[in-house]
Amino acid sequence: MATSSSDSAALLDIAEVSKSFGSVEVLRSVSLQVAKGEVVTVIGPSGSGKTTLLRCVNFLESYDSGSIRIDGKEVGFRDGGQRQRRSERDLASMRAETGMVFQSFNLFPHLTAAGNIMLGLTKVRGKSKSEARAIAEHWLGRVGLAHKADSLPAELSGGQQQRVGIARAVAMEPKILLLDEITSALDPELVGEVLAVVKSLAEDGMTMVMVTHEMAFARDASSRIVFMADGGVSAVGPPRDVLAAETTNERLRSFLARFRASHF
Amino acid sequence: MGYTLNFNLIWRHFDKLSGGLLLSLELAVISIAIGIVIGLVLAVWYVSAGRVVRGIIAAYVEFIRNVPLILLVYLVFYGLPTVVDIAYSAQTSFVATLALYSGAYLVEVFRSGLEAVPRGQIDAGKAIGLTPWQRLIHVRLPTMMRITLPALSNTFISLFKDTSVASVISVPELTYGAQWINFNTFRIVEVYLVVTAMYLVTGYVLLFALRLIERWYRTAR
Repeated sequence: MATSSSDSAALLDIAEVSKSFGSVEVLRSVSLQVAKGEVVTVIGPSGSGKTTLLRCVNFLESYDSGSIRIDGKEVGFRDGGQRQRRSERDLASMRAETGMVFQSFNLFPHLTAAGNIMLGLTKVRGKSKSEARAIAEHWLGRVGLAHKADSLPAELSGGQQQRVGIARAVAMEPKILLLDEITSALDPELVGEVLAVVKSLAEDGMTMVMVTHEMAFARDASSRIVFMADGGVSAVGPPRDVLAAETTNERLRSFLARFRASHF
Repeated sequence: MGYTLNFNLIWRHFDKLSGGLLLSLELAVISIAIGIVIGLVLAVWYVSAGRVVRGIIAAYVEFIRNVPLILLVYLVFYGLPTVVDIAYSAQTSFVATLALYSGAYLVEVFRSGLEAVPRGQIDAGKAIGLTPWQRLIHVRLPTMMRITLPALSNTFISLFKDTSVASVISVPELTYGAQWINFNTFRIVEVYLVVTAMYLVTGYVLLFALRLIERWYRTAR
């Protein structure tokens, strides 16, 4: 048996994942397949489980049942089906295959922009300092921050920090990039520069799963949109279908209506 | 009150004070160096350990923090050699005591520093595939250091002053030097005025130097 996935072409295969925090069920049997090169956006009201789902994909959060596979390989649990958590060492090498960008940037404050990118390259990928530096400079160039390589995070604007965060994630050449509300902590005038970087990565064919409240961006950049409500997938499809005003999905319609009221 | 200050006798024996000051600094530096190792190891152990180990470490910290230093000095210098078969000089005994003493305070300093490392930074370390050990070395400890450096400086300054307790077991540090001059010249006011000034100035210079180091550490790249 090569894989239990229903869609063997899926790079990321989330199958019937459930998770509770105490008595609160945050994920209810969520299933989602993402093919290589796809950009999937997850939208939904706060508390609907979007961020938790994303954090399960690189096992920053564990889950109670179901499975999450990348390239056919279970992320958090050992092969063989008895749901035994992987060793920390195995988890680390599994996590190196996914990149993550965080809402609050989470740059390492004691390292420069280049240093932030180089840490994983040298310690996880085993690159030499000079190789890592060259890669860091390449990616800083891609996000328009070549001149900030030696700046500390505290010396950068929010938008710049987040672009370093993206460079740090993609420099590891992950199979899949997870973006967790990456513009939510930014001043409105800084959102554009970050989204432009994401857009250019999408054009390069980077596989991405992103949680966002930027509806216009979701509409323009996604291959598919997933609408989550109450811990489950409530609607999924191409942007024009999911974001259509005449949807019959009550939850989705009220979410979009509230969204339009508050954002336009 | 016809007392007139006369510092001549103090200056004549000043070598007792200058030598004492150097020894005080030496005692403080060696003690804190060992104390930092004790504090770091126990703090890292504490935050990742189960209840039993936590309990033992907490007991050590509480014991040290609730017993006066002078008593600890007596216990280690006079008490311990009568129970177990070891022999050490007063100076060695004092360094051991002060290291254990500062270690207990530094466990608390480092532990709270480790716990103050933002969750997000640890997540970021996990997300790029760092192992727990790599996260400790490259993410948690550097951030902890930034958080705890001011407290570490303060601990060192207190420790420098605490070396005066060594005089009770005749370690010839600064306070002991002052006592010696006092017994031999009876110039009690003068000698303690001079010694107070020496503690004050040294403490202030140390603090200034440590603040510079903190500033350098915050902006180092």
